[in-house]
Amino acid sequence: MTTDVTRTASDYRQMEESISMAPVESLGTDELDQELLTLNMGPHHPATHGVLRLLVTLDGEVVRDLKPIIGYVHTGIEKTAEDKSYWKAIPVVERMDYLAYYFNAMAFCGATETLLEVEVPPRAQYLRVIHMELNRIMSHLVWLGTSALDLGAMSMFWYCFRDRELILDLFEQSSGQRMHTRYIQVGGVAEDIPRGWAEKVREFTAQMPTRADQYKDLLANNEIVLQRLRGVCPLAESELLKLGVTGPLLRAAGNPWDLRKATPYCSYEHFDFKIPVGSEGDNWDRFAVRVAEIYESVKIIDQALDGLPEGPWITDDRKVALPPRHELATSMEALIHHFKLVTEGFRVPPGEVYYPIESPRGELACFVRSDGSSKPARVHMRDPSFVNLQATAPMTEGSYIADLIATLAMLDPVLGGIDR
Amino acid sequence: MPDAVGLELLAQELREADAESVLDTLYFRDKGQLIVNPAAIRTTLEHLRGKGFDALMSVHGVDYHPEEPRLGVHYELLDMGALDRLTVKLRVPLADPHVPSVTPDWPTADHQEREIYDMFGVIFDGHPDLRRILMPEDYEGYPQRRDFPVGGEPVMFTIDEAEGKAYTQ
Amino acid sequence: MAVKREKLVAPGGSAQAGEASPASGTRPGSELSGDKQDFRIRQLRARDMLRGDLEGQELEKYVEERVLTTTMDKAVAWARSNALFPATFGLACCAIEMMSIVAARVDVARFGFEAFRASPRQADLLILSGRISIKMAPVVRRIYDQMLEPKWAIAMGACSSSMGVFNNYAIVPADKFMPVDVHVPGCPPRPEALMHGILKLRKMIQDDPDTGWRDGYHARGTEEVVPAEHQDTAVNVFKPRNTAGA
Repeated sequence: MTTDVTRTASDYRQMEESISMAPVESLGTDELDQELLTLNMGPHHPATHGVLRLLVTLDGEVVRDLKPIIGYVHTGIEKTAEDKSYWKAIPVVERMDYLAYYFNAMAFCGATETLLEVEVPPRAQYLRVIHMELNRIMSHLVWLGTSALDLGAMSMFWYCFRDRELILDLFEQSSGQRMHTRYIQVGGVAEDIPRGWAEKVREFTAQMPTRADQYKDLLANNEIVLQRLRGVCPLAESELLKLGVTGPLLRAAGNPWDLRKATPYCSYEHFDFKIPVGSEGDNWDRFAVRVAEIYESVKIIDQALDGLPEGPWITDDRKVALPPRHELATSMEALIHHFKLVTEGFRVPPGEVYYPIESPRGELACFVRSDGSSKPARVHMRDPSFVNLQATAPMTEGSYIADLIATLAMLDPVLGGIDR
Repeated sequence: MPDAVGLELLAQELREADAESVLDTLYFRDKGQLIVNPAAIRTTLEHLRGKGFDALMSVHGVDYHPEEPRLGVHYELLDMGALDRLTVKLRVPLADPHVPSVTPDWPTADHQEREIYDMFGVIFDGHPDLRRILMPEDYEGYPQRRDFPVGGEPVMFTIDEAEGKAYTQ
Repeated sequence: MAVKREKLVAPGGSAQAGEASPASGTRPGSELSGDKQDFRIRQLRARDMLRGDLEGQELEKYVEERVLTTTMDKAVAWARSNALFPATFGLACCAIEMMSIVAARVDVARFGFEAFRASPRQADLLILSGRISIKMAPVVRRIYDQMLEPKWAIAMGACSSSMGVFNNYAIVPADKFMPVDVHVPGCPPRPEALMHGILKLRKMIQDDPDTGWRDGYHARGTEEVVPAEHQDTAVNVFKPRNTAGA
C-alpha cells in the first residue's frame, strides 16, 4: 500500500525493514498454526507513556519479542549544553527527565560543584533535599495516576493530579515556576524559601500520608488490580543487575540499592528513612515499592524542615555564585564578579567527573568534562529510564499484550530522559 | 572509592595480566580512573568484575577534539558490596574508531553503545545490533562530535513576516 | 403571509447591507461575496420583505436563504467549538501540563473538551505539546493528515512554536511542516495559559477571533522596520538574523 513511487537510496522504510526479526521468527517453526505478527505500537499511542515506539512480535496475544525504538523526542540537550556556560546550561539540562527536574539540576550542579571543589552550605543542602523529595513524591503521583489510567482505574488520575497541584503550588511559591524551576544552582539554591513556606509544606506533609492511604485503599485490595499486577512479568534480580537496572525496579526485586543510603550526598545521611523493598520483582512489587516511597519521602521532608539550619542558601564564593543585589551598590568587586558571572560565567578547572544521584527512576548521573573554559566540553546525563528500558523485552517475553501495557506502566519510563 | 594506593595496586594487577592494557591511572576528585588500551577493554572489565566491580552503570562517549586520539569511551563501574566506583576510559582515533563491544559480557551496554555509535561514530565490533538509536535511521553525520554544528532555526520576528521569510511562507 | 416587521428595523437600517436580517443580525456578506447584481437583488428583496411586500413563497425563500443559513453556520460553528475532541498527543514536558488541564483544578471538562480521543480519525484538535524532534515530525504530519476536516492545531509551548530553549539540530518548529492555528507560549505554559489558548481557538472557530493588539488598535504598519539604507549603520537595533544555536 505504498504510494510513493520515487524512492531514494536512503529510504527510511528500507532501513527500518533491515531490522531483522529472523531470530524470533524461527521460534514459531516447530508448532502448527504458529503465525507471528509484528505489530507496531506507537510512537503515537495512548499507552506508551510518551513517544515510545515498540515493535512487538506477537503469537496470538502472547508477546514473543519486543524491540523498543526511541529517539522520537531527542532534543540534543547534551549538545546544546556544550554551547552554554554552566549557569545557563542548568535550564537546558533540567528539561531532560521532565518529571524529575530538580534531580537533573542536582546531578549537573553536583558534578560542577565537584569539579569546582566548592562547598554547598548546609541550609542549601537541606533545601535541596526538601525540594528533591517533593519532586520525588510528585513524580510518583504522576506515575500512579497515569499507570492507573492505563490499567483502567481512571479516577486515580484526578486524585493524583489534585495532589500534584498542591506540590506544584509549593514549587511555585519557592521558585516562581511550577515545572523546570531552575531552583537548584551551582553552589546552592537560587534563593531562600519565602516566609510561611515551611508551614505550607508541613500542611502538605500532614495530609499526604492520609492521601496515600486512600490511594492504597482504592487500588491495593482491588481484585482487578491484583490480578493484573500480582505475579505478572517478574524479572530476577540477577537479570536486572546485568541489564543495569536501578531504582524502584531493582528494589522491587529485593535488592535494597538506593544511593541516598549507600553513598549519601547532599546531607541525606542526616535523615532517618527506610528503603522499601519488594520480594518477587513482579509488577505488584514495583507498584507497592513506589507507593511506599511516598511515605518515606514525607518523612524525609518533615525531618529536613525540623532540622533546617540557618545560614546562606548559596555558597559565599563570589567567583561561582552571584553576589546579593544590595552589595552591587557598594562593592566594586561585587559588581565585577556579577559582570563576569553573567557575561562569561565562572571557569571550571579541567577534569572529568561522574556524579550519580538517586532519582525517582533510578541512578541518574551527570558526567561533565571541563576543559578549563566557562562552557562544559561534554555533558552526558546517564538517565535511568534509558538503561531500564532494556529490561522491557526480557520482562514481557511470554506475557499478554495487556501485561505488556501494565509492565510499561510499572517501568515508569520517561521518554524525555530516554531520548534526551 | 578505591583510594589512590588501591588504584595503583589495581593497575599493577591488570598490567601483570596484560602488560599493555593499562596506559595510565588518574586519581581525580576522590575517584579512580584507569585509561586502558581499547583492544584490552573486555579483559580489563572482566578482571575488574572479578575484583568485585560487577555493575556497569554507564557507558558514554566523549569527543576530545582537537586532542588526539579524539574519541573516548568511558565505562563507569560500581561495586555494590564495597560501595566503590571506578571509571575505565579508552580513546580511539577518528581514523580507526573501532572498539570491541562489551555487550556480550555486560548486556546493559547494548543501547548505550548504540547511542555512542549514533552520536560519535565509534564502531563497536561484536555488538549484536549496531544501528542508530536516537537519530533517524538515515541520518548522516555524528551530532555530538565537537565539529558538528549545533544547528537550529533562526528565530523569526515580525520583520521576517513582513519580509516574507516566516516559517509558514 | 406578509408579516409586519417595521418595529424591528433600525432607523435607516433597511437599506444597509445586511442589517436587514431581523432574526440574527448577521452580515450576509460572509458567504455572498461576489456578484454585485446579485447583491443588489438581495438588497431590494430585503427591503421589500421588511416593508411587508414579500409574501408567501418568496418570504419563505428569503427567510430560508438569509436567516437560517447563516444562523446554521453559526450554530454549527458553536457546536463544533464547544465540543472539540483533542487528540491524546503528548510529546514531552508540555504534555504533563496538558494532562493538568484535564485534571481537577483547571478542568477542561467545564468547556466540553475532556474527551481526548486516542485515534486521530476521531479527533479534531491536535495539541502539539512538547518538542518535535526530526524523527517525530513525519509522524506528527501523518497524524495531522489522518484527522478529518475541520481540524485545528495548537502549538503548545515554546519548543513546538519556535524551537524553545533548544535551538539545535534535533528539533523542528511545527510551523515548518503543518499549519498551526494558535501558539501558546511558555516553557511549559501553565495549564491556565493552555486553557486560554484553547479558548482563543474556540473563539476563532466561532468566527469571532481575538485580534492581536495591532489590529485592535489599528496599528498595522507600525512595526519597527529599519529602512534599507540604514540597515548597516543603525546602531542599537537588534538585527533578527542568524540566531541559530542561540
